Parts: sequence; structure tokens; C-alpha cells
Amino acid sequence: MSGASSYRNPPVVAGLLDRVRRLAVGRAPLRFMEFCGGHTHAIAEYGLRSLLPDNVRLSSGPGCPVCVTASGEVDAAIALAARPGVTVATFGDMMRVPGTAGSLSDARASGADVRVVYSPRDALEIARACPAAEVVFLGVGFETTAPVVAAAVLEAEASGVSNFSVLSLHKLTPPAMRAVLDAGEVRLDGIIGPGHVSAVLGSEAWGFLPRDYRLGCAVAGFEPTDVVSAVVALVEMVAGEEPAVVNAYGRAVTAAGNRVALQMLEQVFAPADREWRGLGFVPNSGLQLRPEYADWDAGLRFDIRPSSAPEPPGCRCGEVLRGVIEPRQCPLFGRACSPASPVGPCMVSSEGACAAHYSEAEEQ
Amino acid sequence: MARVTLGHGSGGELTRRLIHDVFLKHLPDPELGRLGDAAVLPREGLPGGGSLAFTTDSYVITPLEFPGGDIGHLAVCGTVNDLAAAGARPLWLTAGWILEEGLPLDLLERQVASLAATAEAAGVRVVAGDTKVVPHGLADGLYINTAGLGWVPPGRLLRRESVQPGDAILVSGTLGDHGMAVMLARQGMRLQTNLVSDAAPLNELVERLFAAGVPVHWLRDATRGGLGGVLCELAETRPYGVRVEATALPVRPEVEAAAELLGLDPLFVANEGKMVAVVPGDQAEAALTAWRAHPHGTQAAQVGVITEERPGQVLLRTAYGGARVLRLPAGELLPRIC
Repeated sequence: MSGASSYRNPPVVAGLLDRVRRLAVGRAPLRFMEFCGGHTHAIAEYGLRSLLPDNVRLSSGPGCPVCVTASGEVDAAIALAARPGVTVATFGDMMRVPGTAGSLSDARASGADVRVVYSPRDALEIARACPAAEVVFLGVGFETTAPVVAAAVLEAEASGVSNFSVLSLHKLTPPAMRAVLDAGEVRLDGIIGPGHVSAVLGSEAWGFLPRDYRLGCAVAGFEPTDVVSAVVALVEMVAGEEPAVVNAYGRAVTAAGNRVALQMLEQVFAPADREWRGLGFVPNSGLQLRPEYADWDAGLRFDIRPSSAPEPPGCRCGEVLRGVIEPRQCPLFGRACSPASPVGPCMVSSEGACAAHYSEAEEQ
Repeated sequence: MARVTLGHGSGGELTRRLIHDVFLKHLPDPELGRLGDAAVLPREGLPGGGSLAFTTDSYVITPLEFPGGDIGHLAVCGTVNDLAAAGARPLWLTAGWILEEGLPLDLLERQVASLAATAEAAGVRVVAGDTKVVPHGLADGLYINTAGLGWVPPGRLLRRESVQPGDAILVSGTLGDHGMAVMLARQGMRLQTNLVSDAAPLNELVERLFAAGVPVHWLRDATRGGLGGVLCELAETRPYGVRVEATALPVRPEVEAAAELLGLDPLFVANEGKMVAVVPGDQAEAALTAWRAHPHGTQAAQVGVITEERPGQVLLRTAYGGARVLRLPAGELLPRIC
């Protein structure tokens, strides 16, 4: 693969890594959390973890949308798919996430109509093409995907598509970040801020990290230079003892975010308490459709609400998602739990911390 | 528009007409035209010595026609390439057709013509066939099964046991073209690219290697599962490891871009016209020269080596000096949420 774009320039990455090494030399161990699953994936994809000095560690946070989908939410989606006449449309990587009794993939094999789509608009197209079917889109994801779902709801309203609805399981990232820090289980020295989420929210959304927690935050993109630049910025902030929010993803992220997307979110959705796998119920950490859009709310239409369900026995995804343990510390890792037969969701998605660590080469 | 009906599968006059007007019209082999219960092939057609290679594959694809190919073309390429990867010279094919009631007859005829043209290009005879019609809704338009028989000249022993540390791993061209072209051609994808499938018969490419005197240790056509799948299979349970260099992987920029957008790894995306060869390290240049002189091999490259380290594992060295272990994807390739 070419690796030729300026953000994938090996000498530039080598120079940045060198800078991390020089800044970190002689320091007490530093631990940064990459909030976002996209970063977890990129770190594994480019083999960056092993290139950092021993005293600079990266831990994954709760930013993999598939991973934090609670068992009960998967169960609700499966129950919906089992209804006669209902077609469930979902992003691909939800298919294999285990609920208490199987996954959507299992449900499809048993005859449920579950379709993989690439955007909520594809689900809307299915609804238009099959007026006799009730098409439900699984609204999974953070501030990044929610505006696109809002746009689909607005389009359904404008064009009078009544057999389309959304089961909103959307989650908000800043409350989850606070929940991880408030739990006090992990000592962190800085946060790699999510890139796509911040493109919508704006980098200012992370201002609470330096203000309330004395933690630096570097918002980063997903190319190797982006990720390593963010690490450089975080080590510099530790060295200078001046935590702040640094926008290291200026080509996509502004301080105030994407006004159009935010306005659309605000119009269609309202904050709601939401259960996260690993974090439990977090106040105002989810999005539900506003009463004006109740007609497109699959939860109301089919009277289905996710209920709390137990996690798979022995699964420690919760602790992994909070950064309390590293994936390899889970006794199931690589034994009972692997990408081919995942016990927990962190082994399912390639953005999941366990799947990412599984693909990384252990020192020999 | 004329369509396939259940009557075409009845064995009566409609069946007879379908066979003559659609199949035999494009497939001129006299042995097929005899319409016997089995093709009876003279032993003189078979060179002496060596071994026989025999394989079968079923073709199921949506859409039936895609940029750069169609199911008829694919049904020859896949089976011919399986034979070629065994070191065989493909000789004879059979083709079984499962038609869904309602399939447009002109679409069917295009597939028969395409299969015939590809067979001719690959130098292989289609000597037996069968058709069945199933009721509407019980199949997805058209399925084809082909079986192929080939002759392996004496001295070609291609097996994983011959592979050893120091060997070079070669691929005959760019990765992921077929899988990505088909994925993008499916309904619902609104990406515009010029990507076309790489589906092609590779038997000539393989013959070039042997003609150049390269003592080939192992061959595999990298179809489903892509190059990554082939390499995982190559290393599995063997006393050697596989090391791949990310910077050496030939990937078209548009495949790389589309794969990235969909959250897929081109290494694991399907090809239908790419051969992977493991040859002694000092023969890599000779093999690449032979391949690059052929139209299907112009982008051939060495992508890795067989190592003593990490037996059983495939290690990918990234452009940045890091590494990750390649493992078989768990199931179907599913795009990530972004």
C-alpha cells in the first residue's frame, strides 16, 4: 500500500516518535487514554503501540460504539427483528455483537429480516421500496452518526414515509468520559480526544477535561501522523504542567463544531439517561427522539424499551472499556474469547480494544 | 421480454429449444453437442505421465453482471485458476446451471456466451452440462457450478511442506479489485469509481513460471479471503512464519480509498485474477520477470518472505516500523460504524 499521503509519511512519523522519546525520557510512567475506537483501530493497524517508549502507554476508552451497546439493547433489537413484518436495518458491525441470547446475525439465520446498510438513508430507501414492511433502523453510534440519523428522520417526515422508524440507542461521549474519570479507577495523564465526534461537537466540548480534571486533551485524526502528533502534544502538556485542549485535527475540527449537524441533532433528539456496557446507567448520556418525532420512534411504535440484562459470564469488557484492565489481563482473552467466537463486544468490532490487542504482535 | 419459465426445466420441447438456441449456440464443443449422458473423452487427449487434477466450484454472485465481468466469466476463471494453482493445465470443464424462474433469457444467453468466450480464451473445452429451473424466489437469478479436469505435468509438486525459510512470497498483481468492484456495484452503494473486477484465467501465468524454470514451492489463487486469507493458510500449523511488508503490497489507490471508507482491509478483500506463489528467494526476480511480461502480471510484486521466526503466524510490518499479526477474519466482512 502506498502510504504516500502526507499523513502517512514514515519519516514524519519517525520524527514525531523521536520527539515523544526525547520528551518522555526519565519521566515517571505516563498513561493516556484514546477515547475513540477509531484511534484504537488505527494504533493497531499501524503498529504504533510498540513504537512508543516503555513509559508512555495508551489505554482504550469507551469510544467504540458497538462495544458500549449494552446486552439489553442488543436483546431489544433482536426482539424487534423477530416481529412479523419488521425489517431491521443496521450498520454491519452490530451484526455479531452478543446479547443475552445470540446476536442479530443469529437472528437473521433463524429467519429474521435483518439487513446491513451503510447509512440510515439506505434504510429509508428500503422503506420506500417495500411499503408493506416496517423498516426499523438501529440508531447506534455517537454524535458522529446521530446527525445522519436525524437527517433521515427529517427526510421521512418531509416525504411522508410512515413505515420507517428508528430505535435510538445513540450515546453521547462527554458524559461517558466524565463517568470514567469520576469512577476514579484509573490514573490518567491525558486524553486523545475523538476526531470525528469533535468534528461535530467542536473541540471546546472537551474544555471540562483541563478545567475540572486537570487533564490535557489532544483532539486527533486517524492517520499515523495524527495519532502520534496527539501523543507529542499530550507529553508536552504534562512536561509544561499546563493542561489544555489542543486541536491536532485542524483539517476537520473547529472549536465550535458543525453548526448544521448540531442544529439537526437538537431538532430531532433530546438527551436521555442511557445504559452503557461497562459504565452502567449514565445520566443524560443518550439521545431519544423528541415527542414531535414520536411517529418515527421505533421504541414507542413497537413498545420496546431496552431493559438491563446481565453481561456474559466471565466477560470483563466493562473493565476494559473503563481502562481498568488491559485486554490481555482478561482470563478469557485469546482463549475462550477471540474474534472468531467473541464472548464480549470488545472482541467483535475491529475498533474494540480486545480485537485490536488481539491483532497486535506480542513481544517475542 | 422473454424469460425462463418452469417449462424450460420440464425436459420437453422448451428444454430442447433452450439447450439448442441458448447453450449449444455459444458452446460449440462436439462432445457437448452429442448431448450424451456423459462426455466420453479419448485418452489421447491426455498426455502421458504426471497426474490428474480435478476440482469443482459453485458460483453465486450479486449482481450477476458487474464492472469487469459477470457470473459466466467468473465460473470459468475460478475453476481454471483452482486447477492452475495445483500446477495443472486445465483441459475439460463441465457447467451446471440453476436458473430461477423469471430470469430474462437474454441475460442467460449473455452468461452462456461469456462462459464460452472465457473458456476459449483459457484454452479449455466445455464438454458436459446440465440445466435446472427452480421456482421464482428459490434462487437468486442464476447459479453456475463448474467442475474441471486438468493434467499436472511430471515433477510439479506444489505443497506447503516444500515451503522453507528464505522463500519469497509473490503476488501477480493488485489486491482487492474484484471484491471492491462487486461491493461497489451492489445496490445501495453510491460511490462512483472506475474500478473493475480482475477476474481472469491465470493458467498461462502459471505456465510462464514453469517455462522460466522457476522451482515453484506453492501456489494459491487468492479468491475469497484475499491475500491475507491465503497467507494465514500458508502459515497455519507450519514450522515457519510469514512476514509481509505493508509498503510492498500492490493496492490501487481507489481500492485503498474505498476500503478505508467502508472500514475493510484490502488484504482480505476477494480477488478473481491473482495468483500467489512461494518460490526460493534467489528465484524471486526470475519469477517476477516472467509474470510481468504477461498482461495479467504487469503489477506482480514480492510482498514478503518465509521466516524462521513466529512459526504459524503471519506478521505484517507496517510502513512505520510497527507490526501486527494477521488473522483470518471471523466471518463475512462487515463495514465499521464511523
